[in-house]
Amino acid sequence: MQMYGDHHFPGKLFIVEGIDGSGKSTQLSLLRQWLRREGYMVFFSEWNSSPLVKETTRNGKKKQMLTPTTFSLIHATDLADRIERHIIPPLKAGAIVLADRYLYTAFARDGARGVSPSWVRELYRFAVRPTLAFYFRVPLDVAMKRILGARAGLKYYEAGMDLELSDDVEESFKIFQGMIRERYEQMVEEFGLTVIDATRSIEQQQNEMRLIVERELKDVPKDPAHNFEFEGD
Amino acid sequence: MDEDVERHKIEYYGEGLPGVDLGELHGRLIAIEGPDGVGRSTQVSLLKPWLESNGHAVLDTGMTRSALAGKGVKQAKEGLTLGPISLTLFYATDFADRLENEMIPALRAGFIVLTDRYIYSLIARAIVRGSNPDWIKSVYGLALKPDAVFYMRAGVADLIPRVLGSPTGFDYWESGMDMHLGQDLFDSFVEYQTRMLTVFDSMTEEYGFEIVDATQSPEAIYRTLQHRIGRILRGMS
Repeated sequence: MQMYGDHHFPGKLFIVEGIDGSGKSTQLSLLRQWLRREGYMVFFSEWNSSPLVKETTRNGKKKQMLTPTTFSLIHATDLADRIERHIIPPLKAGAIVLADRYLYTAFARDGARGVSPSWVRELYRFAVRPTLAFYFRVPLDVAMKRILGARAGLKYYEAGMDLELSDDVEESFKIFQGMIRERYEQMVEEFGLTVIDATRSIEQQQNEMRLIVERELKDVPKDPAHNFEFEGD
Repeated sequence: MDEDVERHKIEYYGEGLPGVDLGELHGRLIAIEGPDGVGRSTQVSLLKPWLESNGHAVLDTGMTRSALAGKGVKQAKEGLTLGPISLTLFYATDFADRLENEMIPALRAGFIVLTDRYIYSLIARAIVRGSNPDWIKSVYGLALKPDAVFYMRAGVADLIPRVLGSPTGFDYWESGMDMHLGQDLFDSFVEYQTRMLTVFDSMTEEYGFEIVDATQSPEAIYRTLQHRIGRILRGMS
């Protein structure tokens, strides 16, 4: 078993991070469309998507039986499964792997929950270092305006209710997101995150992202079978 | 609070768990470790009634039985669907759940926690499968140091008749078949258990294992364990 760290595979790994409502998922899916149009092999990996671990996670969340430590470990298990299954093989095959949230989400959330930051960083040593990690920086109130009201209901852990910050779900969510935002800000320098000003227009952000990503694509192979992709393929 | 209880110190291997006051843990934590087929569960089943008959409350626990992850781990093993890092971390999740939700509450209530295996088997399995030893040890820095770890030690040759005596015979995981070490269960078992023993032996000093010669009869092992556990319990009246 390997500690992947800096990888030497032909593919590239681009990831997006940011608090809820920062617009990172929108940006990533736009980037994906562009990369596919350009003829690259693109593989998309979502946070919390490993089928086997998902059931345990869902069950633990539903019954509210997760502690900060088990919350941290079950998400590490999930990411390990994603890395072994969905990230390493495509990187070896020369694909561009896009991940919506990566280990910085874990560092931010787990840290906010009181788990030791050095322990979590050690825990995730198995993870591949991303080629680029975009951080969508947005003021808390802007992000909250974007999502609150737009979504049906906040979930218990999502709102950080386990931290007993407030009895009001929405209030707890805001405080928790604020704590996570602080953690992200501290990580910008520590991990060399690429900061995107997420208060600008969607188009401006996407253009900047494409310019930055393009610089990393020089040696990336294109899909030999690719000729033209129809919209919505 | 009586003097002996106050003197009883419990600590973590590493940075431990958030939100647990170690000063509240008045029980004792005893781990029985050793390879598959060495007779750990036999000893636990003898020790529990003995301790209870002496007036101690006992929680006996073992691996992959947690409410949170026990089922998932079992499915993962049956379906062989997880990679080595994921399986290692799934075990760690399962362990942490049992530590926080079973062992620590019992220790808080003053129980003797008798655990059939602890982190050492999990660490050894991971190392044998190629994990970086520093990494896996630091992951288990969340664990409490037991008051005693009894390492029931026997050579691979001693394990074979015991495994053959069990109704299931050689087991896929106990033989490390996921590692493709041999042609069949027997070859693989010998190679896998040999590697496991080497790792266990190498951890003896670092983790302060008390070695119990498990080639003796179960009765002789039981007497040895009774004697040594008696020492730990002195402060617990």
